Formats: sequence, structure tokens, C-alpha cells
Amino acid sequence: MYGFEALTFNIHGGYLEAIVRGHRAGLLTTADYNNLCQCENLDDIKMHLSATKYGSYLQNEPSPLHTTTIVEKCTLKLVDDYKHMLCQATEPMSSFLEYIRYGHMIDNVVLIVTGTLHERDVQELIEKCHPLGMFDSIATLAVAQNMRELYRLVLVDTPLAPYFSECLTSEDLDDMNIEIMRNTLYKAYLEDFYKFCQKLGGATSEIMSDLLAFEADRRAVNITINSIGTELTREDRKKLYSNFGLLYPYGHEELAICEDIDQVRGVMEKYPPYQAIFSKMSYGESQMLDKAFYEEEVRRLCLAFEQQFHYAVFFAYMRLREQEIRNLMWISECVAQNQKSRIHDSVVYMF
Amino acid sequence: MEDFIDKLPQMDLMRSEKMTLVQLIIPVESSHRCITYLGELGLLQFRDLNADKSPFQRTFANQVKRCGEMSRKLRFFKDQIDKAGLRCSPRHELEPDFELGHLERQLADHEHEVLEMNSNSEKLRQTYNELLEFKIVLQNASGFLVSSNAHAIGDETELHESTYSNNGFIESSSLLEQEMRPEPLNQSGLRFISGIINKDKLLRFERMLFRATRGNMLFNQTPSDEEIMDPLTSEMVEKIVFVVFFSGEQARTKILKICEAFGANCYPVPEDTTKQRQLTREVLSRLSDLEATLDAGTRHRNNALSSVGYSLTKWITMVRREKAVYDTLNMLNFDVTKKCLVGEGWCPTFAKTQIHEVLQRATFDSNSQVGVIFHVMQAVESPPTYFRTNKLTNAFQEIIDAYGVARYQEANPAVYSVVTYPFLFAVMFGDWGHGLCLLLGALYLLARERKLSTQKLGSFMEMLFGGRYVIFLMALFSIYCGLIYNEFFSVPFHIFGSSAYKCRDTTCSDAYTVGLIKYRDPYPFGVDPSWRGSRTELPYLNSLKMKMSILLGISQMNLGLILSFFNARFFGSSLDIKYQFIPQMIFLNSLFGYLSLLIIIKWCTGSQADLYHVMIYMFLSPTEELGENELFWGQRPLQIVLLLMAFIAVPWMLFPKPFALRKIHMERFQGRTYGVLVTSEVDLDVEEPDSARAHGHQEEDFNFSEIFVHQLIHSIEFVLGSVSNTASYLRLWALSLAHSELSTVFYEKVLLLAWGYENILIRLIGVAVFAFATAFILLMMETLSAFLHALRLHWVEFMGKFFHGDGYKFKPFSFALISDDDE
Repeated sequence: MYGFEALTFNIHGGYLEAIVRGHRAGLLTTADYNNLCQCENLDDIKMHLSATKYGSYLQNEPSPLHTTTIVEKCTLKLVDDYKHMLCQATEPMSSFLEYIRYGHMIDNVVLIVTGTLHERDVQELIEKCHPLGMFDSIATLAVAQNMRELYRLVLVDTPLAPYFSECLTSEDLDDMNIEIMRNTLYKAYLEDFYKFCQKLGGATSEIMSDLLAFEADRRAVNITINSIGTELTREDRKKLYSNFGLLYPYGHEELAICEDIDQVRGVMEKYPPYQAIFSKMSYGESQMLDKAFYEEEVRRLCLAFEQQFHYAVFFAYMRLREQEIRNLMWISECVAQNQKSRIHDSVVYMF
Repeated sequence: MEDFIDKLPQMDLMRSEKMTLVQLIIPVESSHRCITYLGELGLLQFRDLNADKSPFQRTFANQVKRCGEMSRKLRFFKDQIDKAGLRCSPRHELEPDFELGHLERQLADHEHEVLEMNSNSEKLRQTYNELLEFKIVLQNASGFLVSSNAHAIGDETELHESTYSNNGFIESSSLLEQEMRPEPLNQSGLRFISGIINKDKLLRFERMLFRATRGNMLFNQTPSDEEIMDPLTSEMVEKIVFVVFFSGEQARTKILKICEAFGANCYPVPEDTTKQRQLTREVLSRLSDLEATLDAGTRHRNNALSSVGYSLTKWITMVRREKAVYDTLNMLNFDVTKKCLVGEGWCPTFAKTQIHEVLQRATFDSNSQVGVIFHVMQAVESPPTYFRTNKLTNAFQEIIDAYGVARYQEANPAVYSVVTYPFLFAVMFGDWGHGLCLLLGALYLLARERKLSTQKLGSFMEMLFGGRYVIFLMALFSIYCGLIYNEFFSVPFHIFGSSAYKCRDTTCSDAYTVGLIKYRDPYPFGVDPSWRGSRTELPYLNSLKMKMSILLGISQMNLGLILSFFNARFFGSSLDIKYQFIPQMIFLNSLFGYLSLLIIIKWCTGSQADLYHVMIYMFLSPTEELGENELFWGQRPLQIVLLLMAFIAVPWMLFPKPFALRKIHMERFQGRTYGVLVTSEVDLDVEEPDSARAHGHQEEDFNFSEIFVHQLIHSIEFVLGSVSNTASYLRLWALSLAHSELSTVFYEKVLLLAWGYENILIRLIGVAVFAFATAFILLMMETLSAFLHALRLHWVEFMGKFFHGDGYKFKPFSFALISDDDE
């Protein structure tokens, strides 16, 4: 099929691709961000956003606005757009779109389980969940006491079930276990998604491989940095790395034995695409790493729009929207707390 | 000639209104009133002088925000009123126009009141729902308990009631306290939890319970008879009462957690029947109390809402106007002293006095000492296009604007379209029966115009209503053309006397073999009815319609060219007349104008000449003898002359204009090839700071090759176009043929065929099929296709000859134009 997907793509995918490209034009531009950065209070932000796609979602909010309301409404818009696309999609695109939300599902599961562990109210926790990762029986997660129960009671019905095969232990849940579970699930999810994209073939697999490999590598670096100084053994650490990506397998060997951030840096600088990211930071610093990774991710996501007739644009668009909402949240927080000098620290510009 | 053209009467719609760029300097204190009055007048289009500022950096951003907040509140009221199902017509009382601050306070009060009442009634509603659910559970669950009681006793275990009250159930807890007696927990005992859950969650709930207890439970369910209102969406939901039997403390906590997770409300039911009855009684009495309270609350709320509702529409328009005023004020600039606002805008020249009066009135009304300064400015950019249309011309103007808004003061094709458009339509749709149907439809729309214009119509109906006058004229013209074609649902009538033909003898036996003879003058109007059904009907009508199409086409294209002459004259460009209009006229008329002449001569003389042959051999061998195809004396030399003229016209329209333009350009900048542009720009900047800042000067960069290529394309387009456009007008013939053939088919093959049977059923079916085919295929589809073809003939063949269509529309700031759809 390779090389000829353009012939038949539009039969099922043409309408949605048009939609997503239309949505893309609605992403906030640098000019918008510049204007938003000049806002004096949250009402100004609302006023500026009223001229964008978020306008109708914010217009009925009473005046003392909160950052959470803005973020909530923007996320609602994202979810509505996503659902609209999902409704229109046919196989295999609908599966592809479903895959996009599994990551959020994993996060939500972890959030609820951790919250219950710390005896928080379930309703409160559910409000904090990302709406994209909601599934029917999510509230029941609180019933489970250990991984096995978690799987047997709730998750067996969700699409996450196959990813659980690696972390079925009868151990009681604690913070460490949950974190390991999250990463194991994520690893299984990324690998599954990767395989699925390979199966789709064509430009989709080409672009998605690149994007997912970046995601996997980023997770590997984050796992390494976060596990430095914990009781996680090298073997366990290595188990959490996804089995693909630029770092696989030799980079993983080296990352697994890293003991401090400078060693991680040493490993990563051997890989040209990541060299640029790490060269921006001074030694011993890891604060700016997140932003550097986000910027690189946005750059790659934007490139996905350069090709036509593939599904990666949907992934890229959803990711960009999430980044946009993160930006809005950061800007609103800075404006609300009068920290306007720090406003540019975390905003990632796109297009 | 020149004098004659100058003396032609002015046509109103021919040229767009003369516009003037004006500057207003308004003192701050009277600015709001000025803008309001101008909005009521609606004849001034403001230019945005703050285009580089984001919305919240503008002067009146705060007021705009306040208006936004108020309209949010008004939307909230509207929503609440709709939810409460109140229909309050606006009461037209003469309330004084109170100011914005007052309204704002009033709205805030009302909102506070409504919100408080809402939250109160919501609490009440919740309690009510819980009690209602409790009642349902009591009624339904007892059935299980009785039946399972016997079963349980057999198992030598005793039922223990569960003592659980969910946390939202505070008010009724006192009622339940008596049931909360401590009971020895029997670990091995069978216990139960009863409750109620949404119907759509039931299956998953049951599955989850089964999994959590590893199947060690008994699940009973029964649908509740009443539906319960969901307080969030205020929709009625169906709920299911369930009773779960289980054993063990761990299972209990698990089940309770699952109930909580699924939003299932659990209510304890005593297994003792007397206690049950007592409890039911109490719940029922409390329910009736609550119901009364709820009703009173709702009544109170509805009263409050309807008092808001009376003036809601008025407030909405008021806030919308205020917002528009502040949006406009945001387009103005502060002058240096910060005491005046400076605005710029376009207005039609005729409206200057009106605007002046309005401004004076505003100054007077706001007791301002300083008047508004209103003066005319020099414009750099081209003014907007503004046509004063009426109900009839508006639809035609829309048709033209759909192609492109006319350049400022350019000849407006809408003037001619009012007649040519329906006429060309009718040529394709010529049938006076169908025309009458259309006319009836159009008359219906016109008669109900007053009523329909006030109400909201569907998109299709709106389109029909918008084009009602177009349809009306189209119907009139198709009746006219139908009379000429002599077709009434494809049947000819002897309206204008009897036929000019008759049979050779009384038996009429050879009418279809030898033909008829003509015994009197031609039929006075339109086509002779005797052509109908004859063998020569099609060749005759085709030849007639084809020739007619060409005549119509050539005249319309000539009209287009003449309009280009008037445009050139109006804008004073003699180059266009000399090097474009004249050669184009010569080219078109020496070839196709000549063809038209031949057609007319052939019609008048009844000659047998073959016009195809004449036209083709005029090119192939112009010197050859015409023979029997000669229509008039001197035809051959004339053809040679015309051919030569056409050949000369092509380079004429191609070469001279670009060279002449270059010459003019060279002369203008002769001797000062450098420094000119820079200084001129600086000068202009000093003279006109406001307009120059907003719109940078585009210097005229003269690029000869570009202009030449452009001229080349234009000439080629015209030369090829005059052939293809003439051919394009043949669609008039083609569509009219298709229409008449289709209606003949329906008439003969459906109606007459069905009428041939004696069976009443077949006749009815035949009539029904004929009616449907006429209504949907002939009246709807054919109307649409004829409409589209007429549209194309206007846009491409006619307007392509002269119309630039690169202007922009005049959009005055007017309250009347603030529509509802900006909500």
C-alpha cells in the first residue's frame, strides 16, 4: 500500500483531515501569546480569548474568573473537538484516535489510586481527572486494594487491560508501586501504539515512529532523572524503558547505570538530536529540561503538518492543543499571581 | 456625441454613491452621545485607528468588558426563563432610558436574587428527591424482603438491616435515627443494602458488584414507577430499585464504596413490616410538606423571573447598542491634549448635512461647551462602494455582489440585470403555464411580505423570500416568453387567432406526408400553434431559438463593451477607449455582429442561404464566389473588409496600450529619476499624519513586462472569448429545448397515456405522477438550472467585459444593522 495511500485516503479520512487542518489554523499564534502576556488580569485574558475559538466556552463565565475555570473550559473545548472527530472517524482512524487518550487514562488511574491511598474524596479526585482519560467505571478504582484487584475489578473492561500483564502483583499499593505501575503501563502503551502505527504503514507510521520515539526517549530520561537517589535498582529501572526509540538499546544500558544528572547528560550528548537540547543547559541543571523537551516536541509536532494523507496530524494536533492549554494555564497563573516577569519562562510558542 | 452623452439623465444605481472621508474631533464629554446618535443615523463608517492595539489595551476596554458581563447576565436570565418555561411578551411601557450604571446595578441585584433562589430550591429539590427515592425504595424493596425472608429463615439466618445513611441525607437523618440502633454484628449473617440507581448504570453496577464479591451476593432489582428529576439537567430519569444480599463486613465496605462510585443512593429499609409502614407514613407526610414548599418557591421564582422577562428584550438591545457604541469609540484616537477624541470615517456625500445636524444635536443635548469639529479630508485609498437599493433592486444587487463588489463609482451591472436577468431566465424557461405557477408562488411571498419579514425563516425559505422580487420578475418574463413559444405545459393554444396554415383538402389525409399550406398572414404573436406535433417542429424551433440566442448574446456583450466605454469615460482614461474599447468593438462586431446582421437579413428576406457555410468560408476562402449563399449585393467585398478589420483589431488591442503607458511613465519622471519618491512620501506624511500612518503609500512601481503580459492575456482572452462566449449563449437554446421537450414528455407520455385508459385509478396515478414531475422536476430543478445558467451568462459573458469588482462594501455603524446573530 505504501506510496498509494494518497489515492484512497480521502474516502474515509479526507473530511477529518480537513477538519483537523481547519482546527490547526485556530491554534493561538505568537502574536496571540504576545497579547496575552500583556494582560493585566484574568478578565483581560477572557476578553482576548473571546476572539478565539474559546470565546463561546468562556462567555458565560461570571466575572471573578479563576485560572482553573479558564483551563477547565479550554479543556472542555478540546474534548468537544476530540469527540466530534471521534464520532466522524471510521476504522482504523477511530482506533488511532482512541490510542491518543490512553495516556490520559493511565494518568487518571494513577491519580485516583494515589488519591485513595492518601484518603482523599473520590468525587474531588474525579474532578481533577483529565476529561479525555475518563472511562465509565473510573470511580470504582477506589475500591481496589492491590494491583491484582485493580485489574480484576475495574481495568479488565478498559482498553488498558492488556498493558497490565507486566505489573500484576499482589503487593499492596504504595507510592513507589504506583509510580512503577504508571511507568510500566506507559511503556506497554507506547509500545502498543508504536506497533499499531507500524501496522498502519505509510506516512502515518513514518511520522508517528519519530514522534513516539521522541516520547519514549523523553520518558526514559525523565525516569532516570527521577529515580536517581531512590531505591529503584538498575535492573528495575531498565525494565521501565520502552523497547524502541533512538536510545534503544545501547542508550538504555548507559542510562540505567547513571547516578547523577551530569552522567545522563553525558549519555544524551552522544545522540545528535538531543545534543542541542542538552547543550542549552548549564551543568547540574535540570529545571529547564522540561521546557527544552517541550519545545523540541512542539517543533516535531508542527512538522507533522507538512505531509498530507496520514493520521499523525491528529496526534500532533491533540498534543499541540494540550501544550496550548498548558501555556494558557501558565500565563493565567502568572497574571493572577502578579508574576509577569516569569511569564516567558514556560510558554512554548508554536507556528 | 459628447454633448449627447453628457446630457443623458443620471442613473441613480449606475454609479455608487459619492463618498467623502471625514474627520470628527469630538470632545470627550459628548463623545458617547455623538456616537449613539450617529449609530441611530447609520450613515458613517468608522475607520479603525487603533488597529495595532489589542482589544484590552484600547481606551474603553473596561466599558466593553462591563457590557460583556451584562450580556452574560442577560443570557443567564434568558436561559433561566426558558428553563422555567415562561413566555413573557415584552411589555411596551415607556420606561425612561436609564443609564448603564443603573442597569448594571439592577442586573446584579436580579442575578443575585435568582441565584439565591436557585440554590435554595436546589437544596429543597435534593431533599425532595432523596425522600422520593426513599419512598420508592421502601415501596419496592419490601417485596423482596418478604419473599427472601422466608428463604432466609430456612437458611437459619436472620436478616439484619443495614444501617447506612448516605451523607447527603442530613435533614432526614433525624428521622432515621430511631433505626440506627446498635445491633450485634453477626459476621456470618446475611445482610443487605437497598438503594436506587440510574437505569443506564445498572448493568455495569451489577457486574462490578459480582466481581467485587466474587459472586457471593444476590442482586434483586425492580424498576421504579415514577421518574425522578435530575437536579442538574432538570430532566426526568428512570431509576431502578435494587437490593443486594451479601455476607461479611469486608463485602459491605466494598459494596458501599461501589455504590458511592456509581452514584447509587442507598436507603435503609427495616425488615419489620410495621416499622416499614410507620416509616413510609413519615416519609409521605414530609414529602407533601416539601412539595408545598417547593411549589411556593417555584412560584416566587417564576414571579421574579417574569418581572425580569418583561424588560429583557429591551435590556438586551440596549446592552447590545452600548457595546456597539463602545466598540466604535475604541476605534477613535485621543488627540494630544487628551480632551478630544479623533475619529475618521467614510460617509456618503449626501449625508454630510444630516451628520452635521446630528452632531450639533448631540453637542446641545450633552451640554458641551465645545462643538464637534467635522471636516472633510483628502483620501488616499479608494472609498467604499455604497448603493442605495430598495426592496426590488436589493436582490439583484446581491446577485452582482456575490461575484464581486463593484469598484468605487464603477458602472453597476445590477441596473441592467433587473431586466436582463429575468429575461434570459425566461428564454430558457419559456412556458406560460409554469410561469403562472411561479407567479403564484412569488405573489404568495409578496402578499405575506410584511409577516414573513419579521419572523425567522429556515435557510431555504429565507433564500426564496430574499429573492421574491427576482422570482416575481422571472415569472412575469417566463409568461411572456411562454406566450412567444406558445407553450402552456407544452400545449399550444390559439390565443392570438387561428393558425396561418390549413390542410390542403377537407380530409386532411396528407397533412403528415405533404404538409400544410399557408393561407393567410403569419401568426400575429409568437409561434404558430400548427407547428406543434409536425415533422418539422424541431428543426424550425431549433433554428429559431439558436438564432435568437446568438442575437441576444451579441447584444448583451455589446452592452457590456459599451459600459466599458462609459467606465473609461467616467474615469477619464482615453487610453482605454482608444486602445481597448474601439478594437474590441471592431473585432466583436466584424465577426459576430456580422453574423447577427446575416441572421436578421435571412429572417426578413426568407432566403435559403446557409449561414454556417457563409461564416466558415469567410475565413477559409474569403475571395471565393458565394453563389447561392449570397444574401445581398456586395457581400463578398464587405466580408473581406470585415475580416481585415478583425485582423487589424487584434494587434491594436495588444500592443499600443502598454507602450503608451510606458511613455506616460517616462514623461512623468523625466529628469528627476531619483529622490522623488522619498520626498513625496515625507511631504504626505507631514500633511496627513492620520491617514498616512494607517495606510502606507504603495508607490507605483512601473514594471513594463508585467503590464505587457497582462495586456497579452487580456487580449487573448477577449479574442478567444468572443468566440466561446457567443457559443456560450447557445445554452439559451439548449435549455429552452430541454425544458420544452421534458414538459412534452411528461404531458404526452404520462398524462395523455394515463387518460387513454378508462380506469379511474390509472388516471389518478397519471395525474399524480404528472403533478409531481411538474412540481419537482420542471418547477424546481429546471428553475434552478435556468437560474444558474442565467447567473453564469451575467457573471462571465456580460460582466467579464467591463466589470472589475474589486471594491469593498460600505458598512456604516448603525444600530439597525446590529443583528441577533452576534450572540
